[in-house]
Amino acid sequence: MLLESIVIGPSLAAFPFEWNYVWSIIVVSLYVSVIAVALSTLCSLPIALAVGFAEFRGKQFLTSVINTGMGFPSVVVGLLVLVAVSNQGPLGSLGLVFTREAMIMSQFVLAAPVITGVSLAAVSSVEANVRDAAYAMGGTRLDVALVTIKEARYGIATAVLAGFGRAISEVGSVLIVGGNIAGADGTSKTRTLTTAIQLEAQRGRYETAMVLGAILLVLVLVVNGIVIRLGSDEGGYR
Amino acid sequence: MTIQRREFVAALATGSVAGLAGCASLTSDSDGGSITGETLTLTTTSSTYNTGLLDELNAPFEDRYGVTVDAVSQGTGQALETARNGDSDVVMVHARSLEDEFMREGYGVNRRDLMYNDFVVVGGPDDPAGIGGGEDVVASFEAIAESESAFVSRGDDSGTHTKELELWDETGLAVEEFGDWYAEVGAGMGDALNRATQLDAYTLSDRGTYLDMQDELDLEIHVQGPIEGGAELLANPYGIVAVNPAVHDHVEYDLAMAYIGFITGPEGQELIENYTANGEQLFYPEALSEDPNFRQYVPEGWNGADGGESNDSSDG
Repeated sequence: MLLESIVIGPSLAAFPFEWNYVWSIIVVSLYVSVIAVALSTLCSLPIALAVGFAEFRGKQFLTSVINTGMGFPSVVVGLLVLVAVSNQGPLGSLGLVFTREAMIMSQFVLAAPVITGVSLAAVSSVEANVRDAAYAMGGTRLDVALVTIKEARYGIATAVLAGFGRAISEVGSVLIVGGNIAGADGTSKTRTLTTAIQLEAQRGRYETAMVLGAILLVLVLVVNGIVIRLGSDEGGYR
Repeated sequence: MTIQRREFVAALATGSVAGLAGCASLTSDSDGGSITGETLTLTTTSSTYNTGLLDELNAPFEDRYGVTVDAVSQGTGQALETARNGDSDVVMVHARSLEDEFMREGYGVNRRDLMYNDFVVVGGPDDPAGIGGGEDVVASFEAIAESESAFVSRGDDSGTHTKELELWDETGLAVEEFGDWYAEVGAGMGDALNRATQLDAYTLSDRGTYLDMQDELDLEIHVQGPIEGGAELLANPYGIVAVNPAVHDHVEYDLAMAYIGFITGPEGQELIENYTANGEQLFYPEALSEDPNFRQYVPEGWNGADGGESNDSSDG
């Protein structure tokens, strides 16, 4: 009896708002966070590899700077991005304020240190003898990098996930730079799951907020599942 | 490395603009006055936004002109600040003193009275300060302070917050000296009402948001505003102001004026008149009048000899 009700779940009719509204919010959330994380990854991995391989003075310091960046408050990032893209700011002519692109910028800044830091830890932990072996077999620097990435792939997958988690679950910066805009037709323009939850909670509609929160959790779980699957499917040694 | 990242962010911004056509709205100098396809950025207050009135107003406007309205909900103070920075094209706010300041500084032109509702003092049903049914709102504020009953303040420089501080001023009490019973929540109206329910506290609310959320709240109206025959001090007029294109030449001035024309015209005013929540009317249209009040267009104390902005209004 109880099980049945859990399996069937709430009927669509009982759903507190329109699907296209929720759907558009999900799309905006994913669009912004996925692009931001993809760009962060492209930017962070080379840095992590470079720092991980090289031995230079100040490496310790740089690592700690990166690790500090992981804890950078999202509201502050949002504020800085807003100041940058506002019409009074250095990027004012681009007209980015209250757009998804501005949200991508702020999430990029938030996710990059996380991805860099966690990848760096993973790359550094790859045994030096693996690298030596790769060199000994006549590998170029690129080959060695590829082998290292292959060895550290779980760590790197974890890094990307941590960056994604940071991006999709933060509310401070996207609220400030995005403006939480939804069109009059009920489709989201810059409203993400987190800012929608914030708005619904503000309006006292806690049930709706809970539903959106559940969707956000499911979304993060699904993305985690996909990334873990991809990470484990990459072939072993050649 | 930070330099590299900053350059990258700049490049990213440039790239995304180049790549995503139509997301950059640069200048809109009157090129024959066509506004189709433009996007209007409207900063407004949480009271109009959270009640759902804006969706009702914006949808027909968007359909008629083939444009998009981006409504950003902020407090009155923040909405005006955003407009000062040229980040919005039109503001819909409710604090005349702040609007006047905005126009005097030259950032706003063509203000119109739009609609009004009123403020009410709400609180838990047990009414510890005994202000229920009072006519004199200043006396009820004094009673709340006297009994040190919990009071929630918006604390966000919104129109409602501005009004609340004016009322404390009237009592002659200094807000800075209030004890723990006075809580500034720094949030929108809906949030403040929720907080007041949780803390069993009094708060000053606009009637619209209170009526809209009534079902979720455990609060009653203790002091009525003028709509229900209460204190005139609690009147809450809304104005709409276009951002001055002479200051920010990139703003969508034509579109802003079309929007102002639409919502202060018969159609928009009728939509406002007919908008209800829980069967009650939330806002009362004010823009159509046999006897237009010249003072709505200009800041208080303005006279033509100031050599300020010319306030000739020539929209259809």
